[in-house]
Amino acid sequence: MTAGEGLRIAVPRGSLFEDTLDLLDRLDVDTSEIRSNDRKLLFEDAGVVTMRPSDVPTYVQHGAADLGITGKDVLLEQPEREVYELLDLGYGRCQMVVAAREGDDSVAESLRRLGTVRVATKYPRIAARHFADTGRQAEIVEVKGSVEIAPLTGLVDSIVDLTATGRTLAENHLEIRETIHECTARLIANPVAHKLKARAIDDLVARVRAAGAEDP
Amino acid sequence: MAEAVIHPIPPGTRDMLPDEMRELAALNERLHAVFAAAGYGEVRTPAIEYEDVLRRGDDRAAGASFRLFDGSGRVLALRSDTTIPIARLVASRYADAPMPLRLCYFDNAYRPAQPGRGQASEFMQAGLELVGSPAPGGDVEVIALVLDALDAAGLGRHRVGLGDGSLYRRLLASFGVPEGERPVLLDALSRRDLVGLATHVDGLSLSRTARDALVGLPALRGGPEILATDVEPVHAALAGLRACYEALDARGAGDRVILDLGLVRELGYYTGVVFEIYDPAVGFALGGGGRYDELLGRFGRPLPACGVALDVQRVHTAMLAEERLAARGTSE
Repeated sequence: MTAGEGLRIAVPRGSLFEDTLDLLDRLDVDTSEIRSNDRKLLFEDAGVVTMRPSDVPTYVQHGAADLGITGKDVLLEQPEREVYELLDLGYGRCQMVVAAREGDDSVAESLRRLGTVRVATKYPRIAARHFADTGRQAEIVEVKGSVEIAPLTGLVDSIVDLTATGRTLAENHLEIRETIHECTARLIANPVAHKLKARAIDDLVARVRAAGAEDP
Repeated sequence: MAEAVIHPIPPGTRDMLPDEMRELAALNERLHAVFAAAGYGEVRTPAIEYEDVLRRGDDRAAGASFRLFDGSGRVLALRSDTTIPIARLVASRYADAPMPLRLCYFDNAYRPAQPGRGQASEFMQAGLELVGSPAPGGDVEVIALVLDALDAAGLGRHRVGLGDGSLYRRLLASFGVPEGERPVLLDALSRRDLVGLATHVDGLSLSRTARDALVGLPALRGGPEILATDVEPVHAALAGLRACYEALDARGAGDRVILDLGLVRELGYYTGVVFEIYDPAVGFALGGGGRYDELLGRFGRPLPACGVALDVQRVHTAMLAEERLAARGTSE
């Protein structure tokens, strides 16, 4: 059984991968090959293509996949993507937060004495928008990995990052100062497929809802 | 072999060489033959206009983003669509012309390229404007003609998504949603964020009927069965769309139409039906248009009007994608 009549779905590897495969199992999609083969990326029989979560909107916008599953954090970071956001899938819950070193007021001090705060993040657009929306000037420093070390080394005063349990932050003696967004996995659709394959997509959405996603 | 000397050109623009130009010219010629046979005369307006003239048509000058100054300091803008310039042209040049007026154009338009979207900032449009012909007859003529033109161009599986640009606004008014709450709902709809839309609607403490209509309608698309409803405000709001669909169906184009109650178009001047053209081989719309009965009034000639613009390069891309699918012997 495939994801749906002729539908191709982009599935995120990484933290959403297991929950997504469990969801596909509940939809009677055969995920055994996907689970057993972590080097293969395209599974034509199941109608599944796997990729990093931040690539999912790209494939879906261009119609290389009809549907996709990715985090709300990814969608917020790529607001220009023309995709339908169809369902909140409820899993993969985490928070986009501003964090800084425990017991340290360098954020406030920088804002007061330098007029701006330096912020490291893998989400430059979410971070820039949050500081702009709250009327603070910020210098956004984009990093690609392990953002936690940025404040410890003096690169920045604070970070904007995604956290589920807060454990990594705590291990690095960082504390959450502000919560920007609650993020969960979302089901997205290509705008043209949403029309031309309406029946198959609506059928899949109904089955996802029946399988226990949160109703939007 | 001599090494190429690379000089940059602005992002979103590109050079076109003879192979591509030959195919684009052939495509434009086929589209033009269909437009001309239906009585549409070709016009050309300047690529630059006074910005305040474009703003008459749309508060955001239809999204124009390339601006320059003339010698006396007036702001000029590169047009981002051709509908507003043609509204200006009709008001200025056709004061005594008998209506309806049928015009077509083959011209470039300019919008800012957004990184990562593979979007051109300079793009070639082929379009129609039918001025002085009210709904639904005018809408049907324009939609049927653009479908025919794409048949003539060599596409065969294209469809038209048909919605109503004023539907959601009218529903918000008829269900008594407070004015202050409406922009956030319309914004979620325009971003196609059905999750956010549902969350905001749920926060409004509306009746069950209103809640279900405001959340459910934008997700409805398909055949004429989606127009059936017992909910009176919805039934009334769908009257225009129903009339347009029935007239298209009577012309034999019904099976080409996908009714789409969530269809939104980014330009603000649409007052009635809006539509987009799709081909199953590509994941983007090939073009679109709609009815704009108030636009010409802003230029001093209150006339109903309707138009469509095809993105010629996107049509070209779809033609190649269809050829490749056919060559692979697959069909979706």
